[in-house]
Amino acid sequence: MKKRKMFLRMISASLMRRRSRMAVALLSIAIGATILSGLVSIYYDVPRQMGAQFRNYGANMILTGTSGSFTADDLAKACTEIPEKELVGAAPYRYDNVRIRNIPVVAAGTDMEQAQKTSPYWMVEGRWPSADGEILIGKAAAESFRFREGDMIEVDYTPETAKQGEETVTDNTLYFTVTGILSTGGSEENYVYMSMTDLEKLTGTGSRIDVAELSVSASSDLLSGYSDNISAKVGAVSARLVKRVTASEATVLTKLQGLVLLVTIVVLALTMICVATTMTAVVTERRKEIGLRKAIGASDKSIISEFMGESMLLGLMGGVLGAVLGYVFASQVSRNVFSSELSFRPLLVPVTIIVSMFITGLSSLMPIRSATDVDPALVLKGE
Amino acid sequence: MSLLELKNVSKIYGELHALDNVSLKVEKGEWVSIMGPSGSGKSTMMNIIGCMDKPTKGEVLLDGVDISKESKKSLTTIRRDKIGLIFQQFHLVNYLTAVENVMLAQYYHSIPDEKEALEALARVGLADRAKHLPSQLSGGEQQRVCVARALINYPEIILADEPTGNLDEANEEVVVELFNKLHSEGTTLIVVTHDPEVAEVAQRTLVLRSGRLAKEKINENFTGKIRFDDQTPV
Ligand SMILES: Nc1ncnc2c1ncn2[C@@H]1O[C@H](COP(=O)(O)OP(=O)(O)OP(=O)(O)O)[C@@H](O)[C@H]1O
Ligand SMILES: [Mg+2]
Repeated sequence: MKKRKMFLRMISASLMRRRSRMAVALLSIAIGATILSGLVSIYYDVPRQMGAQFRNYGANMILTGTSGSFTADDLAKACTEIPEKELVGAAPYRYDNVRIRNIPVVAAGTDMEQAQKTSPYWMVEGRWPSADGEILIGKAAAESFRFREGDMIEVDYTPETAKQGEETVTDNTLYFTVTGILSTGGSEENYVYMSMTDLEKLTGTGSRIDVAELSVSASSDLLSGYSDNISAKVGAVSARLVKRVTASEATVLTKLQGLVLLVTIVVLALTMICVATTMTAVVTERRKEIGLRKAIGASDKSIISEFMGESMLLGLMGGVLGAVLGYVFASQVSRNVFSSELSFRPLLVPVTIIVSMFITGLSSLMPIRSATDVDPALVLKGE
Repeated sequence: MSLLELKNVSKIYGELHALDNVSLKVEKGEWVSIMGPSGSGKSTMMNIIGCMDKPTKGEVLLDGVDISKESKKSLTTIRRDKIGLIFQQFHLVNYLTAVENVMLAQYYHSIPDEKEALEALARVGLADRAKHLPSQLSGGEQQRVCVARALINYPEIILADEPTGNLDEANEEVVVELFNKLHSEGTTLIVVTHDPEVAEVAQRTLVLRSGRLAKEKINENFTGKIRFDDQTPV
């Protein structure tokens, strides 16, 4: 027990009292750990980020009303222009301003089943609503209201007529159960989603569609034919095509991840070389001290464990620094490159520290082994 | 049986016989000086006795064990358990304090004991310097820390290679005084020195020349104290 204490006292003295030397080693470990933990964060966040980037993955045709809005019948008619086999999904949307706890929120009415088909990249924590009286809350909205899956919430709507400033205002109110939280990486995160019928009930207005998103699996030639037909035959609707991520574009994601992985490995290797070089310099510089320790009775084993202890301590400090700086680095990249917030992964902290210690230990192995070659007789020989 | 016995020991570097067929006995509790010109093989001999080097030829018996046949690992053990070393350059670990340097020897030997280490420093008159780093100590003080470290594990034999080589007369006297104390406690001392005044204090002086034992002088009126021929201050 007492021996352990002396051991710790020695290695910490070596690091603390030889600061300038050790600072170089610490710096290289910390930089390595920073880049590693940063890149790993990005590596795991890339799919989410890219999902947000390729927002139109899924829907490739948008229908809007020629004069504002259109009806469900118009949509049904438009859909008949597309062969049933090729139509993956057609999701209608209407938007109304509602209030939750007196704060204005955009409520979207849609067909949940179709919306899932046209927006496969939407991520729902919990489950999609499957019946009336259920609601899906955008992530940003859920955060500001502190709503969680399973909460019962009240949604109010002030009818158009009352808005004109006529005295008594009677709000329409409906109660909903939150079934899930929606993450898309876009403005949808500010909205709440309910069924068309619920939104019609809440607003007290008839059926209406502001926009419809269609996902059609057909070649681009056929697709533009369909869109022309719809615009021509269904007068109330104008169709336009949007570019969607094709298979080859989706592989960009895999390639990007591969690149990040490659950079990670290169940085890992560079860090190891850097640590090994520094440790070699440290061992060379301390040959006399090693000889002295041996002369007064240190075995090879204790020399190894002392240097290993020092490098482990360095690895630990570098790892802690790297975990913190890595998160800062990754969120900067995330903000500047993907313009979205990085999700913090607590597990990455211990992993960074352990990996940093392991890498430092591994790359110190060779230099430290060479420390045992020092001849104790060296010390008796004057200089 | 003698504590230390060298039988026809040679150390040969290529053509050079750094030690040439040296035979020697040192009894337990004896205080021996070794003199000789530079390059005569004094340090070579100390390295061999100190279990840090092996002779090319011959036998070295320490406490009846032939250390010229032992493995590196068991030499480390013998060195740790039986030998205290003092060097000309005051070799201390520069980032450890005086007391930590002394505790280092305890650490490798058995268990570090700060109280005992402080007592050893008090013995060499450095109780109030225990928390100083080597760079904050004078040469004489550093050498005394080395003495404290050498004696901390109660070695059977203390080997000192030019312990006063870099010290002024006052510090030289302090170190010799410490040797005298150790000697009176029964520790065996082998001291390499260029300084006749330091050499003469010992019970016996051996002179090496070109790796051979050239002369042996017994000190008839041994007192363990330095006798300065020249009393004028420097
Ligand atoms: N490792 C070595 N390789 C070759 N020659 C060596 C080696 N070590 C010592 N020598 C030689 O052996 C001889 C004796 O060296 P040693 O260090 O024992 O001298 P010394 O008596 O201690 O001298 P000094 O008083 O200068 O310290 C010298 O000529 C030296 O050059
Ligand atoms: Mg010498």
